[in-house]
Amino acid sequence: MKTLVWVEHDGSAVKDATLAVVTAASKLGEVHLLVAGSGVDAVAKEAAQIAGVGKVHVADNAAFGHNLPENVAPLVAELMASHDAFLAPATTTGKNIAPRVAALLDVMQISEILSVEGPKTFTRPIYAGNAIATVESSDAKLVLTVRGTAFDKAATSGGSGTIEAVGAGSDAGISTFVGAEIAKQDRPELTSAKIIVSGGRALGSSEKYQEVIVPLADKLNAALGASRAAVDAGYVPNDYQVGQTGKIVAPQVYFAIGISGAIQHLAGMKDSKTIVAINKDEDAPIFQVADFGLVADLFSAVPDLTAKI
Amino acid sequence: MKILVPVKRVLDYNVKPRVKSDGTGVDLANVKMSMNPFDEIGIEEAIRLKEKGVATEVVAVSVGPAKAQETLRTALAMGADRAILVQTDDDVEPLALAKIFKAIADVEAPGLVILGKQAIDGDNNQTGQMLAALTGWAQGTFASAVNVEGDHVSVTREVDGGLETVKLKLPAIVTTDLRLNEPRYASLPNIMKAKSKPLDTKTPADYGVDTTPRVKMVKVSEPPVRSAGVKVADVDELVAKLKAMGVHS
Repeated sequence: MKTLVWVEHDGSAVKDATLAVVTAASKLGEVHLLVAGSGVDAVAKEAAQIAGVGKVHVADNAAFGHNLPENVAPLVAELMASHDAFLAPATTTGKNIAPRVAALLDVMQISEILSVEGPKTFTRPIYAGNAIATVESSDAKLVLTVRGTAFDKAATSGGSGTIEAVGAGSDAGISTFVGAEIAKQDRPELTSAKIIVSGGRALGSSEKYQEVIVPLADKLNAALGASRAAVDAGYVPNDYQVGQTGKIVAPQVYFAIGISGAIQHLAGMKDSKTIVAINKDEDAPIFQVADFGLVADLFSAVPDLTAKI
Repeated sequence: MKILVPVKRVLDYNVKPRVKSDGTGVDLANVKMSMNPFDEIGIEEAIRLKEKGVATEVVAVSVGPAKAQETLRTALAMGADRAILVQTDDDVEPLALAKIFKAIADVEAPGLVILGKQAIDGDNNQTGQMLAALTGWAQGTFASAVNVEGDHVSVTREVDGGLETVKLKLPAIVTTDLRLNEPRYASLPNIMKAKSKPLDTKTPADYGVDTTPRVKMVKVSEPPVRSAGVKVADVDELVAKLKAMGVHS
């Protein structure tokens, strides 16, 4: 089987989300990559180094500059004439593009795969991860999105892919990119961080989040997260949200601080290797999944932990 | 401008799904069913656009069993003008749904189709994007703000790491994210009024769409259970445990 993997990048470097997709694709067959964008030479060279990749298709065109699906999906659909499976990370970019490709190919997409069980059989979460479905495609071609936390990351070196320019590409003329407000954080990204420190509703305010959560994260070089309740209460921006409706994470260590552990939050972090919970309510559901639970007042325990760790 | 809003009847989001012991799916017998929360946000947004004078008519559509009528009546009670039920007892996949909505869009000629970004049962997150592909229209997915400006719509999208704004030519497809709006509750008088609003019933065959599944559900199982670990007595013990794992500054 010949697979085509969507390379997620920021214009200058390959994003980590791509690496798990390469691993998933390698379980199906030959791994080819697609780097689409504007001025992406450096990205293509970096992508060619990823272990196990064959061809790296590069589509360099201003029309592909902001991943507009109206322009990108026809390009992918065209390349799929000579590939059997298209795989994209289950990021907002992948989720935006892949179904548009699938419909152009008249294929039913399989979303957020967790494992490859056979050439056309996969597992995926349904009901926010409260059930796992094993599904088998009957379509001639596959379109898949891949949950990054479910696969190991391919090595970023050791590969020797051959770079090949493809598709002149064109602007469909129905959509334009206006702008982006991407929070610049001087710390690891939530979805690829080794350690995450998350705060919940119990913090009570944005100031307390800054005062209590941030110093611990700083000390451990961790990413910052939050429960939906904390986001809804306005303590932190929405992109901090871990959970069913936010980001799905699986770091080495996840600190849940003042988070009760609603189903919706657990759905986003229960695959973390080690979960540490600090909550003053000893009956909080978070303790049912925590490896280390500390029943304590977070306002004294967390600064103490920050000082001693 | 007319706005088309697909809505789905799903297991209520407050109900914990239970996997059937024979592994054929999630038990939906005698449990509370509601409108998919993201679709509720879609209805709300469409009604707000009508209240602003941007839209002239809001049409709610649902593909599902006879009981999906209740979901459509909820949409009508919130303020949709009329409804279409495409009745089927089959579990219709996103691709076939998109084909049905495409056929309806051909007839209704809406300026906007607003869908939930995903239904909270299948979690596919596909139908809106697929409909955009089939109609050839632009798509603004995971919207947290929608502004119609002349023959364009500006959509602010919730993307990994922040927000992004795109400008789309109308007609266009929008899918909703949680922060787009807070849906209203239907008032009792409006619930009564909704009972007399028009609701057409069709079938997938009326639109020439084959709903045979492309993806076979082999089995549905419980997720692996994570067992609780230990409670530590104090911060010092926690620090010791973490240091033993190599976690320290």
